[in-house]
Amino acid sequence: MSEPRPPLAEEPVDSDVDLHVPEQRAEFRPHAAPVIAAVAVGGAIGACGRYGAGLLWPTAAGAFPWTTLLVNAVGCAVIGVFMVLITDVFTAHRLLRPFFGTGVLGGFTTFSTYANDIRALIDGGHPRTALAYLALTLVAALAAVWAGATATRLLVTAARRPR
Amino acid sequence: MNWLLVVLGAMVGAPLRYLTDRAVQARHDTVFPWGTFAVNVAGCAVLGLLAGAATEGAASSHVQLLLGTGLCGALTTYSTFSYETLRLAEDGARFYAAANIVGSLAAGLGSAFFGATLAQAIWG
Repeated sequence: MSEPRPPLAEEPVDSDVDLHVPEQRAEFRPHAAPVIAAVAVGGAIGACGRYGAGLLWPTAAGAFPWTTLLVNAVGCAVIGVFMVLITDVFTAHRLLRPFFGTGVLGGFTTFSTYANDIRALIDGGHPRTALAYLALTLVAALAAVWAGATATRLLVTAARRPR
Repeated sequence: MNWLLVVLGAMVGAPLRYLTDRAVQARHDTVFPWGTFAVNVAGCAVLGLLAGAATEGAASSHVQLLLGTGLCGALTTYSTFSYETLRLAEDGARFYAAANIVGSLAAGLGSAFFGATLAQAIWG
């Protein structure tokens, strides 16, 4: 009889911070400052990445915002991979999730620009582009986070299977 | 200068999201991710207000980079929103996953329109 496959650990629901996870509830002890600083520095790096992408591939008024869509989809794929890795694969340094997940990826992706670009497209008389952008971003983001997490879980499970 | 404004805004926005999320979760122990929902909706309203102010000539490009690209961009998140939706669906909380999508979209868009309309009323 083969050994039962070791189950993957339960991932949190909120990737920014989930107080149901005891270590995250306690991550302000002994000091809150390093965690907040890690989030701030990561957020600045992520926001610069998003700003830089916008400078490289600017979107004209009334056009489909491909740059923001791609930024959001890439950020969603990476958070899917990242959360599986830090939950199942390695015991991460306690500042890694605040820095990279909450900071870099949270700062890189944006919900406010997404919603306001839809609003601007509607106000500018482009309701069909607005609707297409709304739906395509949602589908791309959810597909990306699912694909990132699922592929990583499969690889982790395969690597752990007894030979 | 422009990059510095984005950095400064983001260094406030990202920790504000983290701290708001903690504060909301500490007060309401629910399955639904209210913390992320709250920052996303708030960020949409502020960015709407800012975009409206810019249209009326009341917000400079520097203010837009600091508060829009930097602060609102880092305060709000699509990665956490989609990860939470995935995890809710996987945990069998399909209703909450769907509610997170529909609720975040409706409230986010509604607050963006509200912010822009408010700006028009103030500066228009």
